[in-house]
Amino acid sequence: MNSSFWILLTACLVAVTCGLVGTFLVLRRMVLMGDAISHAVLPGLVGGFLLSGSRDPLVMLLGAGAVGVLTAWLTEWVHRSGRVDTGASMGVVFTFLFALGVILVSAFAGQIDLDPDCVLYGEIAYVAYDTVLWGERDLGPRAVWLLGGALLFNLFLIVAFYKQLKICAFDPELAESLGIRTATYHYLLMIATAITTVAAFESVGAILVVAMLVVPPATALLLTQRLSGVLILASLIGCLSAGLGYSLASAADCSIAGAMAVAAGVLFLLTFLFSPRHGLVTRAWFRQRSLLAEE
Amino acid sequence: MWAEALRFLSLADANVRHVLLGSMLLAGTTGVVGCFTFLRKRSLVGDAISHAALPGVCLAYLLFGSKEPHVLLLGAIAAGWMGAISIDLIRNYSPLKEDSAIAIVLTVFFGAGICLLTLIQGAGNASQAGLDKFLFGQAASLMARDVWALGMLSLILCGVVTLAFKEFKVLAFDPDFARALGLRASTFEILLTTLLVAAIAIGLQMVGVVLMAALLITPAAAARQWTDRLPRMLILAGGFGSAAGAVGAFASSLAPRMPTGPWIVVTVTLFFVVSLLFAPRRGVLAQALRTLRGRTVVASENLITTLYRLGEHARDFSRPWPLESILRYRRLAAPKALGILSQLEREGYVRGEGDRWILTQTGFQMAERIIRRHRLWELYLTEQVKLPVEKVHQDAEEIEHWLTQAQEDELEVILSSPTTDPHTHPIPPASRGREGEV
Repeated sequence: MNSSFWILLTACLVAVTCGLVGTFLVLRRMVLMGDAISHAVLPGLVGGFLLSGSRDPLVMLLGAGAVGVLTAWLTEWVHRSGRVDTGASMGVVFTFLFALGVILVSAFAGQIDLDPDCVLYGEIAYVAYDTVLWGERDLGPRAVWLLGGALLFNLFLIVAFYKQLKICAFDPELAESLGIRTATYHYLLMIATAITTVAAFESVGAILVVAMLVVPPATALLLTQRLSGVLILASLIGCLSAGLGYSLASAADCSIAGAMAVAAGVLFLLTFLFSPRHGLVTRAWFRQRSLLAEE
Repeated sequence: MWAEALRFLSLADANVRHVLLGSMLLAGTTGVVGCFTFLRKRSLVGDAISHAALPGVCLAYLLFGSKEPHVLLLGAIAAGWMGAISIDLIRNYSPLKEDSAIAIVLTVFFGAGICLLTLIQGAGNASQAGLDKFLFGQAASLMARDVWALGMLSLILCGVVTLAFKEFKVLAFDPDFARALGLRASTFEILLTTLLVAAIAIGLQMVGVVLMAALLITPAAAARQWTDRLPRMLILAGGFGSAAGAVGAFASSLAPRMPTGPWIVVTVTLFFVVSLLFAPRRGVLAQALRTLRGRTVVASENLITTLYRLGEHARDFSRPWPLESILRYRRLAAPKALGILSQLEREGYVRGEGDRWILTQTGFQMAERIIRRHRLWELYLTEQVKLPVEKVHQDAEEIEHWLTQAQEDELEVILSSPTTDPHTHPIPPASRGREGEV
């Protein structure tokens, strides 16, 4: 297996995993929580590293996951008790945690093999070299295993609670009146976001995680109205972005994660302009035609 | 460490002076500008703009092949502006909401920036160009002319805010009203966005892309806890910002290779937490105290009305009552009830006779007033709101403590001076006991 294959596989796993959760985040207007969590996990990673003294994935994952949930909870607390709007409280919380992480990295620079750059744009180019060993056998890249696990978790969540998540996303008040505990599903979604972010971001960096969380689902939402359609389309668009981004990166010799984000952005722009129902150009064209017809 | 602290505090080193002054100027200015985005609930737009500026910096470098600060700055401003416009376009011309628009612009622009940055690095000269400092910032490399530029910018920004204060204020609190006034809202909106983009572009090379947002949001959020008035908020936010700038510069000077930006952010967050907890009125502590005081008022007033009801029931207001009789009406722990009763005795509302309790004249008047409000409200709920009689007591039990004299008078007029409540209990007349309002 060559490294291109593993990189593409990893990126597609990120795309699908993020696309599934991201669709619900976009619908519930909580996308920025994904952004906040993906930045805030830095001190968790450092803490996990300092405590365990190694890059043991389980410890790092636990540390980062804990900080992820902490971010969600702190944001809610600042929002409630400070009567500050959610956006601002999120901004206060994640920048603080990120700053703390950078300080920790600088303070223990000699002991930590961790680069804040890496948190931002990851090291997807090297996924193929960080493999899981089972005794003598090489089981493939660690990132693929982590992401595969996160994907299974998200799939299970969506299949098991599809109806509840759907109602919570579109009409929380109806959900309440039907006796669905919206708070439970809110935190379930947050946990899924934290797991997805943490699993994805060590290999691909915060920027691609957030890009995959929001851009493909947003694109899909401009193309179809059915939730199942959005979920499938978001996954496909995510994979397409990964493929296009990878070729762009190989051609221009630049950051793979960055190029994938750009590719997703280009697909979004095209949809934003030409989507049959919502496209800017499409709508202008229809308006023009109906004006002509009236004359 | 002491040697470093002394070196910093003596301000003998020019570099130390530059870092200190630069941090204070930058964080103070962004604190002021951030107030407006904070009040418009668009704090994270600043985050998106600071990420969006990165490709501009790289493109400016690639196009002009120069790392002159003003060239890179212009690139950052242009790209930041494009980011801001893209957010508005997506929000206005698609069914997507603002948070999605922010996240899309942030990631796609930043992705492009990272691409360009790695492209330049691939050519082997990013670190010479010093472009990588835009990611995490590098206050330590500030030079005299950077500080001059920062000072100029702060002056311009504060000048514009002062001159356009009225317009910015309307825009911050009520943009729809601004439009209705025919105020050229878009002109001032553009001005405000320009200020924001300029402040961000200047700050980027000091604190970096991610932490820029904190300098905009956190001082404003901290200042908001202390005041409801915009001028005070602006001054406070500016003050919090520059103080954090100074502390951050000091803290980072204590250890080698310690970045300044994160320390500024941590310090200003500390200010925010202190404000959140201890600010008068809005603070967590003040709120808790208010709740506690409210509960004490309710509990004392409930004991006073209970003594009144006991007397009313027995048709004898001159008889003292033992604690057991009171507790039959009110579910309350005996020691707690005793505590409240002796407090009320000190305040002159009740009198203890052996182990029995009776209302004083003042206490009796107070009880009449609360009972009167309670029964007026019950009558209002049955007669005007048409609620069934058995459902009104609970509501009246809550509101009796909070109705004001004016509301009582209004109820009196609406119900045309009634004498009995829906349960046919008499409503005490209003003539006595107006003083001693709680």
